[in-house]
This record gives sequence, structure tokens and C-alpha cells, in this order.
Amino acid sequence: MTLTDLGIAAARHGLGRREFSARELALAHIAAIEALNPRLNAFITVTAEQALAAADEADEALARGEGGPLAGIPLAIKDIFCTRGVRTTAGSRILGPFVPPYESAVTANLLRDGAIFLGKTNLDEFAMGSSTTSSAYGSTENPWKRRQNPEARLVPGGSSGGSAAAVAARLALGATGTDTGGSIRQPASFCGITGIKPTYGRCSRWGVVAFASSLDHPGPFGRGVEDCALLLRSMAGHDPRDSTSVDRPVPDYAAACRRSLKGLRIGVPREYRVPGMAAGIEEMWRAGESWLREAGAEITEVSLPHTEFGLPTYYIIAPAEASSNLARYDGVRFGLRRDGEDLIDLYERTRGEGFGAEVKRRILMGTYVLSHGYYDAYYLKAQKVRALIFQDFANAFAGVDALLAPTAPSAAFAEGEKTEDPVMMYLNDVFTVPADLAGVPAMSVPAGLDADGLPLGLQVIGPPFGEEVVFTVAAALERAAGFTSLPAIRAGSPAP
Amino acid sequence: MTYSIQGREGPWEVVVGMEVHAQVISNSKLFSGAATKFGAPPNSQVSLVDAAFPGMLPVINRECVAQAVRTGLGLAAEIHLWSRFDRKNYFYADLPAGYQISQYAHPIVGSGSLAIELPDGTTKEIGITRLHLEQDAGKSLHDQHPSKSYIDLNRAGVPLMEIVSEPDIRSPDEAGAYLRKLRTILRYLGTCDGNMEEGSLRADVNVSVRRPGEPLRTRCEVKNVNSVRFVMQAVEAEAKRQVQIWEEGGTVEQETRLFDPGRGVTRSMRSKEEAHDYRYFPDPDLVPLVLEKSWIDSLSAELPELPDAKKTRFMTEYGLALYESSLLVAESGTADYFESLAKNRRPKTVANFMLGDLSAALNRMGESFSSATLFTVAASAALLDMIEDGTINGRIAKDVIEEMERSGEGPRAVVERLGLRQVTDTGAIETAVAEVLARESSKVAEYKAGKEKLFGFFVGQVMKAMAGKGNPALVNEVLKKKLS
Repeated sequence: MTLTDLGIAAARHGLGRREFSARELALAHIAAIEALNPRLNAFITVTAEQALAAADEADEALARGEGGPLAGIPLAIKDIFCTRGVRTTAGSRILGPFVPPYESAVTANLLRDGAIFLGKTNLDEFAMGSSTTSSAYGSTENPWKRRQNPEARLVPGGSSGGSAAAVAARLALGATGTDTGGSIRQPASFCGITGIKPTYGRCSRWGVVAFASSLDHPGPFGRGVEDCALLLRSMAGHDPRDSTSVDRPVPDYAAACRRSLKGLRIGVPREYRVPGMAAGIEEMWRAGESWLREAGAEITEVSLPHTEFGLPTYYIIAPAEASSNLARYDGVRFGLRRDGEDLIDLYERTRGEGFGAEVKRRILMGTYVLSHGYYDAYYLKAQKVRALIFQDFANAFAGVDALLAPTAPSAAFAEGEKTEDPVMMYLNDVFTVPADLAGVPAMSVPAGLDADGLPLGLQVIGPPFGEEVVFTVAAALERAAGFTSLPAIRAGSPAP
Repeated sequence: MTYSIQGREGPWEVVVGMEVHAQVISNSKLFSGAATKFGAPPNSQVSLVDAAFPGMLPVINRECVAQAVRTGLGLAAEIHLWSRFDRKNYFYADLPAGYQISQYAHPIVGSGSLAIELPDGTTKEIGITRLHLEQDAGKSLHDQHPSKSYIDLNRAGVPLMEIVSEPDIRSPDEAGAYLRKLRTILRYLGTCDGNMEEGSLRADVNVSVRRPGEPLRTRCEVKNVNSVRFVMQAVEAEAKRQVQIWEEGGTVEQETRLFDPGRGVTRSMRSKEEAHDYRYFPDPDLVPLVLEKSWIDSLSAELPELPDAKKTRFMTEYGLALYESSLLVAESGTADYFESLAKNRRPKTVANFMLGDLSAALNRMGESFSSATLFTVAASAALLDMIEDGTINGRIAKDVIEEMERSGEGPRAVVERLGLRQVTDTGAIETAVAEVLARESSKVAEYKAGKEKLFGFFVGQVMKAMAGKGNPALVNEVLKKKLS
């Protein structure tokens, strides 16, 4: 038995029966990180000592027959969740020296349930990107390799690419991410793992470094649907410190994974069939339909007529909110400070040095669309389109229980292939952005490999607070797909 | 009589509207749990939310919303059941988030009105345009270090109500009356302490001038005026400046100005090149503020009696005149003092006493009716009761008040210690009368010959002989008898 290959339920079971200790489990992962992180750069900060101390506490609790549902489970935390006493950078130079004196709501919930944090994972700066190449701390490498050209350094997707790579390469049993335009689902698809973006308001944003407040969704990564269910159950819940957090009970998502598909109606959105989709994606989508049909679901085509406006709408609203959210990084109170001749000079030097090119580009776009004389034409119009996109989903869910679509229009690409052209990069979010705009839950599940041997994900989208049906459908896809392929770079199997 | 400024070519009408920033009375800030006490050491009342640390989120303070609703109700204004918070974006060192959370597009309170009293006894309605909630910024301290500015974030996030009036004000007097009346209402409601010295109440005054009958001309905003007197002076100074510009053929530029009380003039604050684009947009960290009608109704039911209603009641219930009622209701503490004292006493006597000798004494002591330490309601009651039951007379009461101020004693103790009890013993009075009449025999003869106005002289002489303690009515009675 390889400890780093375990699923969360199996690991918790083994810990409970004292088949192995939390310390052994943590040590196995720390060793894997030491071996592979220098290459993958999945972690910005590794907290081995804290992890071992927490593992010892978990062992004591487990020895007493106690311990929460995640007692002793080693996780990786996206470096956008503030962690008390542990540096939190958001992938930016401007937060390089920042050590929060507080713990984010989501990570506090995981700690409450006994989870152990191995460290903070790499991300696109301020979560702005789809490739984890815009981090001030270097890019993260996707542990998967192309069959034909194994030398190419592929991106893990983004922005939560460090978390996805860590989970895929078996450096952690699970991880946290945030999804603003696809930042959980797209990297899950690129790295052959599962990831869910729950309903907006389901997981508190308190203590998560803000990118775009109305779009930021914390959520988990796992190597299986059930792992995500277990993690989300701990992460979710009402938080009075976040005014957009919703007060309703958190269901047993793991139980939903075991439900039958009989009688469920699954919609296939016509507008997601876009030109230029990479080879293999259409076939995989068709396969997904037939797996669900065989499992007892009824498949119908549905229409989400405003889909094509999703990307432009997103690229107005997200930068607009970001331009305002990032104003606090001014060198006055925390983080990087570059003194200047006067206040304006202090701002210019601090922000000029502290922010990378993509962040600056989005601040410029956001400032522009909110400016006097442009607000109505851009921001206000985008909000109206956003309402129409939400209405599209509401109309669809009047007739079906969940939607099935590809997660991304391609498999993982190599560094430099798309990363030079911002618009090409933005197009990668075409299937993920609408669910963020509508705030509805959506999950990516690995469904197969493309011709290059790279994983492709299918996406299940549910109605607001319909996480349970999403888990039910995703688990059925997982069972039918029988995805057992492994990345080239992973714990216990050094790179080719 | 309408106020106007006499220009070289005729009269100019002054048009004024005011934006008043009133600090909400609450234990904690608008969006955080930090305290709001005045005068705390720098940066001792700052939460992570106020300092805009990464990932920190605002949560609206319910009590501040209730205070805004109460104020709206007190201004007879429309309460909006749906309102929203926007971000006003600009960079400054004492604005931690880089934006102020304010209600720009959808305020919690809409149009209302407020009645001011004019010197001629008439009243005038001043329209209220809107009231909205917003956060205050911190404070930059430029005088603590030769080359650096220090930042104090204690005020950052403090709840403010911005109360905007219609341009209905037409004179410095009306501007002063508006601000005083607004302050009175806020204090009655307990929603703002109205303390202008501590910055709890600040006024931005919009001034323009025009020829009678013309449409409005360009206005200038005089910012952050911090006393009623300065508001009145600023209106006059700014109006005169504008009249001069127009009459010299110039054009008044719309701009923000500051009032310099030392020189009695306004001066330009910032140039147009620095005009901000605040990029307002709805704050995505907050959900719209949705209020229940039933909650508004319950707040309305608990509102205290407001000054106008109290004034009318004082006139009908206590038979007071308009003038004295207005004075008594100007502060709720004064009105409460009056009502406690007027119980079982003659209201007219109580009002005269309060507005006369007692006000003078409190002024000398630097106290008010609500803060009185020596002249408590009980002390005043004792004084009035001693006059009423004849223990002392009205003239002696003045001496008692002065002695109380000197010694800090209560009124009864002073009267006992100094033996100020009024003499009602007719024997003693008759003796004093006899002495005076014997001494002043020639005046007695004049009196009897018909010079009746000498009667007052005899009264004075008798009172003097009795060290002022004679009961005036008895002295009169005995004198009349002896002189007849």
C-alpha cells in the first residue's frame, strides 16, 4: 500500500483503525514534496514542521478514538487563503512579506475537522489566469506528459494550478482552490483530477484574498468525486462575517455520490458546441451522454442562448471588481512597500514593482470600464447580460436536473503555446465562465485521454445549491469512465 | 423681509443647500466591530476590516441602519425598503481599502422636510433631498514628523449619515437656523450627538447667487464648516465673493472651497485638473439592504416626541407663549427639566425661573440643564417651593442662587445658614414700619398731602431695615394701614 495513493475516505479509515499513523501519512507526503516540488513548483511555501506537529495532535485524538472527519488528512492550500502565521502571497510580489494574523473561514473549517496543511500552493498572480504562469514565484509544471513529446513543459491550468498539480502528483490527498472564471475546474481537467466549484455563498470568502468578489468561489480538489464531497462538506457552511454567505444546512455530499441516476434528466447545452474545439473532446462528451443514459438518466438538448456573451461579460465584471479590490495594496499598511518622494510616488513604485503584467492589464481594463462615460456601456451592460445568463440557467433547470458539458476546449497546453496571447488565454475559460457568472455549482471529472495521452474533463453543472445532484451525476460519470491513467510525474515514480 | 445682497446694479438673492455629515451614535463602526469612542489613542480602535487587510469583508451594523431610519422618520422622510451600498474609489493614505463604502445611487432615506423658525416668528419648510449611510475615512497627521505623514485609522469606518437639503435656504440666518434645527432633531432622536467641535457634525454648504426671478447660477461648495456661526459667515462671505465676480463681468467656476474663519473669506480647495473620477459601482461584498415595513413601523412607534410637537404641546398643555416654548424645547434635556419641575407647580413661574435666574446661573457655571450638578431638578424645586410657601421672597432667591454657586450647598442649607427666612411675623414688621415712619416724618406728611408715589419709597425703606427678608405683601399691608 502506497500512502500517497490513498483516497481520503480510505486514508481516514486506515487512520481510524491505526493501520498507519497521521505522522506516517504526513511524512510520506512531505517526502514526496521534497522529491518532486523542486521540479513541479506546485508549492510556494511548504510547512513541514507545522504539518508534523498537527499530525501528532491528530494521532493523539485518533488514539483516543476521537478525531474529526478529516483527522490526519494532509491537504495543500491554495496560497490565496489567508493562513494564520503562514505567509500568504496570492502569487504576487506585493504580498511577498505578508503573514496574516488570521485564518480564513474555509481553512479554519478544515482545521476544525482535523485536516493537516502541508503548505501553500502556487497560482496565477491574484488568481488572474488559466495557466499558473503569471505567479511571481515561477510557473508550476503539469505532472502529465504528452506521449509524443514528453519534453514539453505543460501548464497545469489555472489559476489553482499548484493545488491541481499537487493532488495529481500525489503530493497531497486533496487541496483547496478558488474558481472565479474556471480556476478550479479547468486545472482539474488539465491534471486529470476532480474539482468542484460550489454555489456562490456556499463557502465563505472571509479570509480569501479577493480577486472579483461577486465571482470568487472557494472549493476543493480531490482525486475522486467522493474526496471532493468529503472536503466540501467541511469547507462549506454559513459565515456571518461574509454578507454573501448563505445560511442553509450542509448536506451529506458523500451520500449523494451513491445515489442512483434513475429518473434524472440531464441537459446538453447546444451552445457549448463551439467551433475550434480540440480533437477528442466532442467524442468524450458523446461518451459521457451515453454513460449517463445507461445509468438511467434521460438526456435532452437544452439551450443557453447567451453563452457566447459569457466571456466578454466576465472580462468586464471581473477586472472591474479587481481594479477596486486591489486598490488596498498601496504599501501603506502591509506587504511590499517602496518608499517614494511623496504619496503618489510611493503608490507608483510599490504597485509598479509589486504587480505583474497580467494584474496590471486587468486593473487597467477594470478602471476603464468603470470610468465616467463608460460605466453604462460596459459595466452596467455586462451586469444586464449577467442577469440574462443566470436566467438561461434558470430556464434550463426548469426542465432538467443537471447539465453535461466539456470543462475546457482543450487539454493542457505547453508553456508559451497560448500564454503569450492574452485573448487566446481568455478563450480557455469559455465553458467555465458561465457557471461563475450565474453562481451555480459545477464540477469537473476526468473522463478520458486525448490522442496525446492527456486527461480531459467533463463538467456537470447543477442548479443553485444543487451540489447533491452534481455529486450524483459526477460519481456516475466517474464509475462509467473508469479513469485510471496516472500522470508521468508522481510520488514513487520519478519523472521519465 | 427677504435677505439680499445689494450689488452695484441691484439686489442679489442667495441660494443655499447643505450637505451635513452626522456621525451616527453607535457602539461600533458601520461595517466592523471596532469601537467609535472619541479621543482614543491613535490606531487603538481599528479592526482588520477597517485596515482593509486581504480577505477581510464588511458586514453592515444593524444599529446604524436603525439610526438612519429613525433619523429619516424624524425628518418626515420616505424610508426606502431597498437600498444599496456602492464603492467610491480613490487613492489616499487614510483610505485603507482605496474606496469608501457609501450609498450613492440608492440611499436608505428619500425626500423629507424640516421646519425652521425665522426671527419674525414665522416658520419655513426646508426640503430634505436624501439621507444615506457611509463610512468615514481615517486621519492623516502631517505635523508629527518633519518629513513623514502619520495615519490614524480610528475614524476609518466610523458610521456617518449624509443629510442633503434642497436649495431652499435663502440667507445666512436661515442656514444657521437649518443647522441648529437639524442638530436639535438629531439630539432628540439620539442618532447623533451633534458635537461640532469633535467633528460629529460637519456641514458642506453649497452657495450660489442670482438676480431675483432668474434660474439658478453656478454654485460653489464650501466644505467642512464646523460651527453654526461659521456656516452663517461662510454663506455671506461666499455670496459676496460671487456677486463681485458676476458684477465685474466674470464667471463663477464650480469648485470646492474652504472657509477661513480667521480672515472671514473662502478660498479654493482643489483645482479642476485634480477632479476625481470616483468610478462608483455596487459593492459586491455586500447584499442590498432590504428592510421590513414592520421593522420601520416598530422604530416609528418608539420615536421620542420631536421638538415641534413638544413646542405645540407646551403651549396648549402648560399655557406657555410661543417664545418661551421654543426656548424650552431647543434641547430635550431642557424640556425634560421643565416638565419635571412643572409637575404640581405653576408652569409660567417655572418657565420664568428657568429662562431667567437659573439659565444665568448655569451659564456662569458652564453647565446645561441636562448636565446640571448643583442646580438639579430637586434643588430648583426646593427653591421654587420656598418662594411659593413664603419661606423666602423672589429677591432673596437671587441671593440664595449666588450663595449656592459660592459654597456649593443646597438651597435650604443656604437659607438656614444665612437666616434668610422671610419675616412674616406682623409684630416685627409693625416695629420696622413704625421706626421708618417715625424717622421719615416729613415724607409721611408729603404722602398724606397727596404724594402717593412715595409709597414705594416707604416699602423700600422697610425692606432695607429688615435686610430684605420682610414678606412684601405683609409689608404693604401694614404700611397701608399705618399711613391711612
